[in-house]
Amino acid sequence: MEDLLIYVVIFGTLIGAMTYAAILVWFERRMLAWWQDRLGPNRVGPFGIGLALADILKLLAKEDWVPPFADKKVFVIAPCFVMIAMLMGFAVVPYGPETYIADLNIGLLFFMGMTSLAVYAVLLGGLSSNNKFSLIGGLRSAAQMVSYEVFMGLSLMGVVMLSGSFSLVDIVESQQDGWFVISQFFGFVVFVVAGIAESHRLPFDLPEAEQELVGGFHTEYSGMKFGIFMVGEYLGVILISAMIATIFFGGWIGPGFLPPIFWLAAKTFCFVMFFILLRAAMPRPRYDQLMSLGWKVMLPITLVNLVVTGGVVLWMNT
Amino acid sequence: MAMVRQFGSSSNGEQPKVVSELFNKFDASNFVTQHTVDEIPTLWVAKNQIRSVLRHLKQSGYPMLLDLTAVDERTRVNKQGFPDTDFTVVYHLLSFEYGADIRLKVALPEADISIPSICDIWPNANWYERETWDMFGIQFDGHPNLTRILMPPTWEGHPLRKDHPARATEMEPFRMTPERQDYEQEALKFRPEDWGMKRKHKDTEFMFLNMGPNHPAAHGAFRIVLQLDGEVVVDAVSDIGYHHRGAEKMAERQTWHSFIPYTDRIDYLGGVMNNLPYVMAIEKMAGIDVPDRAKVIRIMLAELFRIQSHLLFYGTYATDIGQMSPIFYMFSDREQSFRIIEAITGGRMHPAWFRIGGVAEDLPIGWEKLVRDFVNHLPGRLDHYDKMVMQNSILKKRSQGIGIYTKEEAIDWGITGPGLRATGMDFDFRRDRTYGGYDWFDFDIPVAQNGDVYDRAVVRIEEMRQSIRIVEQCLNNMPEGLYKSEHELTTPPIKERTMHDIETLIHHFVNVSWGPKIPVSECSVTIEATKGLNTYYLISDGGTSSYRTRIRTPSFAHLQQIPLISKGLLIADIVAIIASIDFVMADVDR
Repeated sequence: MEDLLIYVVIFGTLIGAMTYAAILVWFERRMLAWWQDRLGPNRVGPFGIGLALADILKLLAKEDWVPPFADKKVFVIAPCFVMIAMLMGFAVVPYGPETYIADLNIGLLFFMGMTSLAVYAVLLGGLSSNNKFSLIGGLRSAAQMVSYEVFMGLSLMGVVMLSGSFSLVDIVESQQDGWFVISQFFGFVVFVVAGIAESHRLPFDLPEAEQELVGGFHTEYSGMKFGIFMVGEYLGVILISAMIATIFFGGWIGPGFLPPIFWLAAKTFCFVMFFILLRAAMPRPRYDQLMSLGWKVMLPITLVNLVVTGGVVLWMNT
Repeated sequence: MAMVRQFGSSSNGEQPKVVSELFNKFDASNFVTQHTVDEIPTLWVAKNQIRSVLRHLKQSGYPMLLDLTAVDERTRVNKQGFPDTDFTVVYHLLSFEYGADIRLKVALPEADISIPSICDIWPNANWYERETWDMFGIQFDGHPNLTRILMPPTWEGHPLRKDHPARATEMEPFRMTPERQDYEQEALKFRPEDWGMKRKHKDTEFMFLNMGPNHPAAHGAFRIVLQLDGEVVVDAVSDIGYHHRGAEKMAERQTWHSFIPYTDRIDYLGGVMNNLPYVMAIEKMAGIDVPDRAKVIRIMLAELFRIQSHLLFYGTYATDIGQMSPIFYMFSDREQSFRIIEAITGGRMHPAWFRIGGVAEDLPIGWEKLVRDFVNHLPGRLDHYDKMVMQNSILKKRSQGIGIYTKEEAIDWGITGPGLRATGMDFDFRRDRTYGGYDWFDFDIPVAQNGDVYDRAVVRIEEMRQSIRIVEQCLNNMPEGLYKSEHELTTPPIKERTMHDIETLIHHFVNVSWGPKIPVSECSVTIEATKGLNTYYLISDGGTSSYRTRIRTPSFAHLQQIPLISKGLLIADIVAIIASIDFVMADVDR
């Protein structure tokens, strides 16, 4: 019985996350359109939701083209990295008190490791395309990741100190009395900013800044390989949103009249909406401005937060 | 016919001060004076003196080279009184102080078709001389890089020469063989050495990034090659000509009347604004007085197009800096003004609505409500956009202090319009050289001080507010009367009387079937178009089409200067600069 349940959860996660990501492509376009006085895709099915399926079918039907000047093997493998890494990240997300794929005692580190791996996809895609725009996109991505990984990790250490564990299951449990967003507000802010950078969303979409780099690292990609990059990006959005909800907003914890997974999904959805709204609202900073924001503003905030949290924890314990 | 308007007749006997000064300094016998209907002093200068005359003029109140072009005079009939010439190079200088221009001409015989370059006097002469070489084959001695600019590098012949065919049907059939394709592609390859660029510096190897001719931020078919050290732009080369359609050549085939729709497509965001200098120049040559109502209708439509063009600039400016939403709001405002244009003209972006002597039709019933709604609606929206775009701190960081040029640089490079006013230069043709009835209106000229990307946007946004004021004044004070002149050369003539009066019927028939015959004359009219100064320099040899039509567009000068302000910046800044210059490639290449 136990074994069966775990397979259900794994299968459910795979199907659920992929479907969510595919629908998100449509949903984002509808939401953006709504905020921008337009209609958006509204033709296929009710409210145009069939577009998610139509998009996938279209991408599948396209020619699977590899540019003759590209490094073929790497070019093909690169998009898979982002998909695999993001899906693996979901393994440590607890959906309820007893519902999760894995309760790793290093759950948080595992999640961070997986998001870091996703950078390889961008980097390799950019390099193997053998295109100058892709190369610059890949370089930007590498620099951005290296900077933002640092305080993405550090911003979570306050939470680890308070809950005393790297396990996400424990972190959620320890929020029964209050969400960490209150005690770790600065950690939350930094994590959100780093999360946007991590998932290459506007305003931090510099690796693919279309006005400057055409398509950035995926300039040469088309068809389903491009589709996988796209789905990977949206999986990233969902994963980061789910992580924000889990680490700072009590995860599945919520009033008992609805199942825990509903609360997690609802919180995640709010952050997904936030991500989309951000895209509609913000201009893009320049590459060097993004870097200096990271090193000159975000890092000091994180460090101060860490010191204060550590001090408070020590003082409470003694 | 009206030959009285020919050379030497329109002068009122008095010499402008600048001309007498020149005569004193360089000896009057070296000059030949020509009188043109636009009253711009026009002097023929000897080839060996042109450089010193131009240098003198630059220092004595004519700081801007507005235009440099040429005319193939070989088939011109009415050139009595001119020095003996096959090709004439024409320099058009602009003065901010005197409220007047000056035009200099140099006669070149076909046997010795070369003239000293003036690139060292005016840096913007570089592209103008390249264009003149490209189009006429006139050799500019001492030019640093006299290569083709509008035509493909492999082109043979010089298109604006009278013996060059104007249509494909007059040429050999074109075949693109594989060898030809390789040859053409090879010719398009960028070689840094041609532009004096190094491939390496010490240990770093530069990357040469081809932005365009198809790039999402290039606003059309514009190519800029960046020499990059990492993401830092070391140098840049702008390359144009991908949108060249030979408008000036077409003008020599079309009748005066039927060229009007072509002008719409020069600055394709300016709509009827392009018609204005063209028809005003013809009206001057033909001696037509335009009725007041037509003038006010023209100004109203032109200002509506200025608003539309600036709204599109505003939206793309925000988009290029990475802000996704504003352009959609601005498009819906733009749509509202297009509804006005549609109601009045039936067209949208290219209504071709102005006619020689007026406009095509009177305003429709109910136009007031549409215009009133629009002028009430837009100011509130602009305030809203101020908060959304111009006060956004990220956008400010991206655009303030980027792409700066000073007032002196701007004048040296022939930059006009909002780009010039953003450097603190308080100069607007509508006020300082008023034309077409603008003196009846009350409006301010917005000026900014820093000359950076941000200030160029600030000026344009304030200009929209001023244009709304002008449109509102048109709305409140629209004069009654004719929408088209009763002059015989008005095309098409007013129809009412044709059925009662044989003279009018004949004019109607001739003007509609062959087109009007404009008296022998030369005229140039400059206006403050959406992007800067737009000049139409027309020469009539007494025929039904122009002998030479020269279109001076603002964007051409603005693009030439991009490399100057991009050195040391990042790729993202280049995109911001391109956005702030607000060019239209059709306006550059014509």
